[in-house]
Amino acid sequence: MHVLVCGGTGCHASESDKLLSNLKTIVADKGLENDVQVIATGCFGFCEKGPIVKIMPDNTFYTQVKPDDAREIIEEHLIKGRKVNRLLYVNPENKEHISDSKHMGFYKKQLRIALRNCGFIDPENIDEYIAREGYEALGKCLTEMTPQQVIELMKKSGLRGRGGGGFPTGLKWEITSKSVSDVKYVVCNADEGDPGAFMDRSILEGDPHSVIEAMAICGYCIGASNGLVYIRAEYPLAIERLKTAIKQAREYGLLGNNILGTDFNFDIELRYGAGAFVCGEETALIHSMEGKRGEPTMKPPFPSVSGYFEKPTNVNNVETFANVPVIINKGADWFSSIGSEKSKGTKVFALAGKINNVGLIEVPMGTTLREVIYEIGGGIKDGKEFKAVQTGGPSGGCLTKKHLDTPIDYDNLLASGSMMGSGGMIVMDEDDCMVSVAKFYLEFTVEESCGKCTPCRIGNKRLHEILDKLTKGNGTLEDIDRLRNLSKVIKDTALCGLGQTSPNPVLSTIDNFMEEYIEHVTDKKCRAGRCKALMQYHILSENCVGCTACARNCPVNAISGERKGVHTINQEVCIKCGACIEKCKFNAVVIK
Amino acid sequence: MTQVKSLADLRRIKENLQGKMSLREKSNDPESLVQIRVAMATCGIASGAKQVMEFFIEELDKRNIQAVITQTGCMGYCFAEPTVEITLPGQAPVVYGYVNEKKADDIIEKYIKNGELVEGIIPVNYETVQK
Repeated sequence: MHVLVCGGTGCHASESDKLLSNLKTIVADKGLENDVQVIATGCFGFCEKGPIVKIMPDNTFYTQVKPDDAREIIEEHLIKGRKVNRLLYVNPENKEHISDSKHMGFYKKQLRIALRNCGFIDPENIDEYIAREGYEALGKCLTEMTPQQVIELMKKSGLRGRGGGGFPTGLKWEITSKSVSDVKYVVCNADEGDPGAFMDRSILEGDPHSVIEAMAICGYCIGASNGLVYIRAEYPLAIERLKTAIKQAREYGLLGNNILGTDFNFDIELRYGAGAFVCGEETALIHSMEGKRGEPTMKPPFPSVSGYFEKPTNVNNVETFANVPVIINKGADWFSSIGSEKSKGTKVFALAGKINNVGLIEVPMGTTLREVIYEIGGGIKDGKEFKAVQTGGPSGGCLTKKHLDTPIDYDNLLASGSMMGSGGMIVMDEDDCMVSVAKFYLEFTVEESCGKCTPCRIGNKRLHEILDKLTKGNGTLEDIDRLRNLSKVIKDTALCGLGQTSPNPVLSTIDNFMEEYIEHVTDKKCRAGRCKALMQYHILSENCVGCTACARNCPVNAISGERKGVHTINQEVCIKCGACIEKCKFNAVVIK
Repeated sequence: MTQVKSLADLRRIKENLQGKMSLREKSNDPESLVQIRVAMATCGIASGAKQVMEFFIEELDKRNIQAVITQTGCMGYCFAEPTVEITLPGQAPVVYGYVNEKKADDIIEKYIKNGELVEGIIPVNYETVQK
């Protein structure tokens, strides 16, 4: 028998270490060491109900276990075989005790569709993919369905583009299929550019065949025999695995001519991007593939009518493609039963920032932010307070405490002033300054703007300058209005999606954290202590013992004072590097 | 390599492969193979998954333990890389996080040899569409 005790940071804070040692001692006292093993595990992600104890093999899941509960668990459960009811998880809906963790809703929080094979199969072995129903969907489409039937199925499933825009995939396929041309193209957009997002890379590295299979299905539907993957050169491993996968698929005759004995021909080539953010925009992506500068052009014409070398081109994102084979295999009704009313299926999110369980998760659309952060992500690092989540990268905005219980889907995110984007979620805590966050994203956009249209090239630069002024304490209240007005002009007039959405981080932080902007102006204060120009280091005379550690480590000799006497910091010289605060063992250095 | 000529052909191959895989998984023979999957996506490799995989390959060979060691993609537990999944014959898979060579050694000696769990298990908290 195994007793697993959560040793994650959250549970640790609620004395799981003491619980662990109590369990171990009592097991030893009872002479059960040979039959029962007590062990600390990593985070269960369910920190709100921690500390958690799981008994194997009967899968009993105890929540909020106190160190003093150890004896009862051992005497009742392990020895007498009676579960300790009061420690069992209570289903919040019907107030029933759930004893077997397999029936807990918590395990159903995550459902892996796009990531179904990631971390399970060997990505460099096509056999493992085939063993898990790989290429079955392609076979079904080619031999049992007409292209129109497949498109209808995709439309009915409700799958929407996972790259950010959320355009219905089936509809896109239909439009491209109706364009008349001798040659058409299927393009996979693997130019993942949002800071903090890495789900496309993980899918290509973990399950490249699912993308290849889906591209072939798409080719069958729209009448294309050429597929192109636009992938950034910074993803060498993904490129290598994709190349291996394409080679294996060709050897098996799953790419090439007369696939599965039909007259359908399809093959895939790779095109490398040099890592420009704007090339994730489909028209810019197509120009980049043609060997031209990666600059967007006006739509219409849409790529589905005139794309790669002016031929009809269907562009979908990696994660979108990864969903397709499962939808074909399991049916449209199954897929549309998952998710919220207008957003079907699941979404992969890359959790990053101040969260305990940094990583990739896949949840049904409509899951709330609270569930993602506290029940899957393991809560905020170091027990700090949650402040905001940035979604949608530089095109998105912030979700705050008031959005914690909003179901996450395309439409709710837009209504909250953010967007789905590719699914990066950067979690921020009380130590993050929202003005600086807006400035960070603007820095990114200014860097990545292609310069073709004036609003984006010049407007964003001006936004960045105003934000910079605010973080240095030189801003005025009029500057905040100016930010708002300029943002609106850029949104209305920029040429492509990048420019039209670039002011979102500014608008969203102003909307949600106006008081922080005002503080930066009127009080010259940054409550998170991030804006260097607005803070001063001071030494508290009552705490300083005159150990000279700070003075010795100050790189600019700004600290003076006698040994065993109180030290002071010369504000004129101080560069606010923070070396003194790190070295002080007496908490005498403070930021004001 | 033979080409897959039709859907029926593909299904036959699939069943064959599944048979092989489940034979591997369900065998009750104690001498049968231990399965080890090392998450080898960029995040894993950057945290040292390659060295860990090599360590498993070399050490299991030296210690005369029959095992199938394969690489796989990202398991999603980026905070705990490198991650390794161990499936002992007839048992549910167990995922270990923060596996360095020392931890790998522990896993071989305690878990693989004696079925004794080692600290650092990552509880699986998701469902997947394919079993």
